Amino acid sequence: MTTTVEAMHGGHAGHDAPRDATPPVFYVRDEHAHEAASTALGFWIYLMSDCLIFAVLFATYGVLGTSYAAGPTPKELFDLPLVALNTAMLLFSSITYGFAMLAMEKGRTAQTQGWLAVTLLFGLAFLGIELYEFAHLIHEGAGPGRSAFLSAFFTLVGTHGLHVTFGSVWLVTLMVQVARRGLIPANRRRLMCLSMFWHFLDVIWIGVFTYVYLMGMLR
Amino acid sequence: MLETLTTFLFGRLSLESFPYHEPILVATFFAVMLGGIALVAALSYFKLWGYLWKEWFTTVDHKRIGIMYMILGLIMLLRGFADAIMMRAQQAIAFNGSEGYLNAHHYDQVFTAHGVIMIFFVAMPLVTGLMNYVVPLQIGARDVSFPFLNNFSFWMTVGGAVLIMASLFVGEFARTGWLAYPPLSGLEASPDVGVDYYIWALQVAGVGTTLSGINLICTIVKMRAPGMTMMKMPVFTWTSLCTNVLIVASFPVLTAVLVLLSLDRYVGTHFFTSDMGGNPMMYVNLIWIWGHPEVYILILPCFGIFSEVTSTFCGKKLFGYTSMVYATVVITILSYLVWLHHFFTMGSGASVNSFFGITTMIISIPTGAKIFNWLFTMYRGRIRFELPMMWTIAFMLTFVIGGMTGVLLAVPPADFVLHNSLFLIAHFHNVIIGGVLFGLFAGIYYWWPKAFGFRLDPFWGKVSFWFWVIGFYVAFMPLYVLGLMGVTRRLRVFEDPSLQIWFQIAAVGAVLIAIGIGAFLVQIAVSVLKRNQYVDVTGDPWDGRTLEWATSSPPPGYNFAFTPVIHDNDAWWDMKKRGYARPLEGYRPIHMPANTGTGVILAGISTALGFALVWHIWWLAALSFIGLLVVAISHTFNYNRDFHIPVEEVVATENERTRLLAGQV
Repeated sequence: MTTTVEAMHGGHAGHDAPRDATPPVFYVRDEHAHEAASTALGFWIYLMSDCLIFAVLFATYGVLGTSYAAGPTPKELFDLPLVALNTAMLLFSSITYGFAMLAMEKGRTAQTQGWLAVTLLFGLAFLGIELYEFAHLIHEGAGPGRSAFLSAFFTLVGTHGLHVTFGSVWLVTLMVQVARRGLIPANRRRLMCLSMFWHFLDVIWIGVFTYVYLMGMLR
Repeated sequence: MLETLTTFLFGRLSLESFPYHEPILVATFFAVMLGGIALVAALSYFKLWGYLWKEWFTTVDHKRIGIMYMILGLIMLLRGFADAIMMRAQQAIAFNGSEGYLNAHHYDQVFTAHGVIMIFFVAMPLVTGLMNYVVPLQIGARDVSFPFLNNFSFWMTVGGAVLIMASLFVGEFARTGWLAYPPLSGLEASPDVGVDYYIWALQVAGVGTTLSGINLICTIVKMRAPGMTMMKMPVFTWTSLCTNVLIVASFPVLTAVLVLLSLDRYVGTHFFTSDMGGNPMMYVNLIWIWGHPEVYILILPCFGIFSEVTSTFCGKKLFGYTSMVYATVVITILSYLVWLHHFFTMGSGASVNSFFGITTMIISIPTGAKIFNWLFTMYRGRIRFELPMMWTIAFMLTFVIGGMTGVLLAVPPADFVLHNSLFLIAHFHNVIIGGVLFGLFAGIYYWWPKAFGFRLDPFWGKVSFWFWVIGFYVAFMPLYVLGLMGVTRRLRVFEDPSLQIWFQIAAVGAVLIAIGIGAFLVQIAVSVLKRNQYVDVTGDPWDGRTLEWATSSPPPGYNFAFTPVIHDNDAWWDMKKRGYARPLEGYRPIHMPANTGTGVILAGISTALGFALVWHIWWLAALSFIGLLVVAISHTFNYNRDFHIPVEEVVATENERTRLLAGQV
């Protein structure tokens, strides 16, 4: 925060002014910081609170992940190549979002929009594959009500999927807003927030992929 | 055909859902309706709806939102206390074969609603309200970081409260106890709507609480006036910061665990069921991972209030500011490491129980340090026994007793005997009433003149104080005795006639507290009527030490015409001591956030969504969900969210204050 301190009572500003000297400066005339300054921090804190929700879901999966109730186990259910493809979709979407942000930094609206569209496509592909996987599992009789393991599995993976869905809706909204008003500071700030959100989901997914799928296959 | 149609339209809701066969509820319903109609009529007659909507409901001013939180908390206090006195009456008479006057179905709802309301809709709104009102003023800010979010958070809290109140007259509330442990709260044992009301009321309110936590953290971290380093923040701001960190780091856990419970109830998953691999103790663990920090969320801001009050009314700098800050931070961290002491009897083994027993005992060290800091602040101070100070002293005596019984309960073998007994009930009422509630009263009396420009009537305040404090001891000390005799909580009828006298004494205590609450309401009415007599034009009626006392009472919308610069912990005290002269010219237009109705609308739709989910009215649920998305997204298309207060208005406001101050001298 840069402030031009106007000394109202003469004398000079500063904390170290001796006690008996002229009265120190007790106020400034400038405007104080506004909403924009706090957005990045606020959004970070929100992400951390969201991270806690995932922590609870991971912990629940950790506790219930082997409670098969005489039902199917991860090894029988998971199709690793499909999940690997899915993971690739999400990771690519993160990279392309990064490209969108680089384009935004250079002020290239069309390029930003293009990369955002590519990101959206990857995101939708991820969701499509996930829905296919879910439908397949449910069709095989391994739905969320089959065992505590499957309840925890569907909830953890599904919550991530819901987040990606929400992020996609948000992405479309932002593309409309950029189309309408261009890369004004408010829109840049919003794109930055969504960027953090999108990468955050990537990190969560890496946890899911490792802890649920890879380690599930080892059980 | 007709049946399919009504099921589609109303879900599980039918005429049978309305408890018209319960005379107590019917009478309450008519009383509430009459009161409601009178209120609506009065507001319409005096043409206040437009004013309320424009100036209050849609406001983004942290001060008005804070006041609305306080009003919500006080209204809900009346409801929560009505539940309390019903329980006390039931337990006092249900002896010698008498069934009392409440049937089990009703009694179980009463004790559940009492706990839920007192924690979520009394203590939380009051604490949040005080933080909202005071923190931006103490740090010399114009508002919070996200003013719209603040308004939205408040209305979500209201939405949760509305859902709980609706359960009184439409359907029923949970009969599970305030934390709704499965399998009792599962679909098999509780197929009715009670638990669903519980879940959705807490979810709707929980969103508000989490967002408000994020908001206040950002405000404290980012919006402090120049010169206010972390170690120059007022103690109340420090405790608020820690509380909001706790909120953000614990409420998501509550959200998640309630989602899991609702999945069990709605989708047929098996997280907490007794079969198919589910584990009910997982719920108990998770909910206490939220629940234990929650009690510190409530008490820490009150510790802050006591610190401000003690140092102001003793006319001294707070003793041990640094240790106070570190004690607060240590409590914040430790509050996450003790959750298992709520269920030592789970059977997790000696090592685990010892760990949690020891961490629990360790918390008493920073808490004890705080008590000594307050005592040393009082030592050789010029103590003024105004109401806030009286509540503070009552707190110090009462809380020490509650703290010691807490340490007793922290010893696992002792806990095996006292678990779920009335001793536990006495303990946590001892710390929540003696700590949180006394703190809130101290805070209300302390900051009331700031918010309204006049003091509260001391006579009725003292009546309220003595009835509350004596009533507390009469009501809860018998419960310690009963708990040691082995009486468990939540009982409706008793076999052993020798216990009755203790319950009768406790009921007398509840009546004394009722008089205390009545006197408090009388006090507010009397003070409003005699406000000219109690008026304060200086903005600094207590000879305060922190920045909120530097501005007028009530403060203007922009709080400070010029951003203050801070050189000392007790910034305002420092300014007074070192010849601060209030600037009388050079005002500028002030940039402020604009009011918006979006928060009210979003919270209203969320409440409708909650109601629809409770009653399985799927079309309404889908419609409200889409409505939420549409309103939220449309809101983001509005880029003009602020305005400038024109300089003429600032000049007029400030000149008025100059005139008042001159008249005072």
